[in-house]
Amino acid sequence: MSRLNDANEVLAKEIIARYPKPRSAIIPLLHVSQQQNGYITHEAIAHIAELVGATSAEVLGTCTFYEMFKMHPVGKYLINICSTMSCALMGAEQLIEHAEHKLGIKVGGTTPDGLFTLERAECQAACTEAPCLQANYRYRYRVTHEQLDRFLDDLAEGLLDGEIPPHGVLAQVRQSIPVDRAVGAVPPDDVEGAPRWMAT
Amino acid sequence: MSSYPWAPGFIDDAHRPRIVTSRFQYEDGYTLERYLATGGYAGLRSALSRTSAQVLDEVKAATVLGRGGAGFPAGTKWGLTPAGVWPRYLVVNGDESEPGTYKDRLLMERDPHQLIEGCLIACYAAGLSQCFLYIRGEMALAQERVATALNEAYAAGYIGRSILGSHFSVDIVLHWGAGAYVVGEETALIESLEGNRGMPRLKPPYFPAAVGLYGKPTIVNNVETLANLPWLLTHSAAEYTAIGTETSPGTRMVAVSGHVRRPGVYEIINGTTTFRDLLYGDEFCQGIRGGRQLKAFVPGGGSAPWFLPDQLDLPFEAKVVSAAGSMLGSGAVIVMDETTDIPAAALTLTRFYAHESCGKCVPCREGATWLERILERVVAGRGTARDLDQLLEVGATICPGAFPHASSAGQGIEAVPFPYRMTTICFVGPSAYVPVHSALTLFRDEFEARLIKRKLIPVSAGVADDHG
Ligand SMILES: Cc1cc2nc3c(=O)[nH]c(=O)nc-3n(C[C@H](O)[C@H](O)[C@H](O)COP(=O)(O)O)c2cc1C
Ligand code: SF4
Repeated sequence: MSRLNDANEVLAKEIIARYPKPRSAIIPLLHVSQQQNGYITHEAIAHIAELVGATSAEVLGTCTFYEMFKMHPVGKYLINICSTMSCALMGAEQLIEHAEHKLGIKVGGTTPDGLFTLERAECQAACTEAPCLQANYRYRYRVTHEQLDRFLDDLAEGLLDGEIPPHGVLAQVRQSIPVDRAVGAVPPDDVEGAPRWMAT
Repeated sequence: MSSYPWAPGFIDDAHRPRIVTSRFQYEDGYTLERYLATGGYAGLRSALSRTSAQVLDEVKAATVLGRGGAGFPAGTKWGLTPAGVWPRYLVVNGDESEPGTYKDRLLMERDPHQLIEGCLIACYAAGLSQCFLYIRGEMALAQERVATALNEAYAAGYIGRSILGSHFSVDIVLHWGAGAYVVGEETALIESLEGNRGMPRLKPPYFPAAVGLYGKPTIVNNVETLANLPWLLTHSAAEYTAIGTETSPGTRMVAVSGHVRRPGVYEIINGTTTFRDLLYGDEFCQGIRGGRQLKAFVPGGGSAPWFLPDQLDLPFEAKVVSAAGSMLGSGAVIVMDETTDIPAAALTLTRFYAHESCGKCVPCREGATWLERILERVVAGRGTARDLDQLLEVGATICPGAFPHASSAGQGIEAVPFPYRMTTICFVGPSAYVPVHSALTLFRDEFEARLIKRKLIPVSAGVADDHG
């Protein structure tokens, strides 16, 4: 049931074709699948394995290595509060405690209404804007407790729907390589000699 | 919406030479229109008017130091590919996740065309047939901006087949990560790009330039490194090396976070700017918040041994900094003022590396977790003197022998120069030890004050008690 749908299968094939070896598309395809279902299912893993010519175990092995892939449903909004050094120096622990209190859950938990999952995150490359957080990988900088409250309220009321899509939707713009401009994947084998522009 | 700004609170617009951040002043610096209006793709045209060998020579002459951490010159790296082996690939390292580091994401969000142009110049010069732009998974906006820029650039004929009507043809493929710090290590990045768990490869071979993606010669370069190339090609190696010093030419981006008045990302002159300039200078961070005293700082990302106020006058020059016991790493300074709880601060870094260990090497997998647990105990006030020794013993299994640290005139401590020896494949294991070692060496009293003072009860006393 949670295999890639027809439109996503077309997209998957387009992505696979960009790589010299289909297996390279495993991570991008896991993202496509997470975008479709909000998390990764075993059916999706089997489908991706079929598409790239790997075994399900291999795709599962890759999938479980990476933090962003969830093997179970999470909230519509995944709230990641950074707690590495730069943010910790600026009050990240207190911000996390405040979020736990506000949402009535502990780090790792999901609210009963399925809206929010709270996680303690590692460095988000926004160190000068501490303390920072991400909601579905969209940033908020220099977050005060009051701003956090309002932000969570706004999310719950759907005021930020345009800006912050539900969990699983990563980028809202995709690369698309026009056929008439594409060089095509360069396979590692059977390439003869230097590329043409090097000859001169 | 404006109450939740996307852009950083502060944009550095002081008057200084700008090589990579010149378009940060524009709100729309990420569009093709703005890029072209501000000299965009002129570097590519200039490259295409020369032979690839000439472009390679220009880059070599400029000594563009790698900005991803190791500081290896880009032109030299491109020259390490074995003769006659084709095809060769370019993998762009946009996995930025070293604690304190914040520059590559800005370059991707605010000036993606500059990065794309840099990739094209590198491919042209080094004969790289396909480019993969690997962007950290957690950066949704960077992915959108780069995807949009790629789509625009393809449509305008800057990427793909017969670029600008020349013989030069190359595809740039946008690739997403999915959350794993260690994937930033170049051989792990390649593993990840092949669809595998992102674990670093055993060395040798030492350089992916010899054996990389699909076993073929592969150049891995950092985002900021490549972003330097358009400027270099529209100007010249001579103009590039006129900025900075002979061994550290040009500029570099540095993120200063923590307890300064004006945290921010600054493009500084390489080699001559000192840490004091950066932390206290008017055009930079303007001193410590609340006029407090500086206690310590991390000079080059979470993996770098800590510095004290003693080291403020050192310049951003790799040789000088390594002699003083640390490294410049990824251009990230984290500042701690006098109110900082040092053992707790060290724990936030050790926890990071322990969490990010890929588990391939025993000393890192076990050692980093031990360091984290012991440190946690000490920070919580449940540690003993034995725990402090044990931290050092565990550290010695990851990094045997002398370990680098800064000097402290006040405490009569002399510097031990960088680097260290290590029993692990990559730097994650040693990095878990760095904050523990620096904090314990330079601030031992703060740890001792935290220990439980256990009174040993003599056996006879216990016996007497029983009978009492
Ligand atoms: C654990 C680890 C993480 C790293 N993370 C990054 C990173 O996020 N971005 C990066 O450019 N380099 C990172 N590096 C350095 C890369 O291995 C590599 O040296 C660099 O990308 C080469 O590019 P450059 O020569 O242009 O600096 C990391 C290294 C290690 C050991
Ligand atoms: S040092 Fe740690 S992260 Fe690096 S390869 Fe070994 S186990 Fe993995």
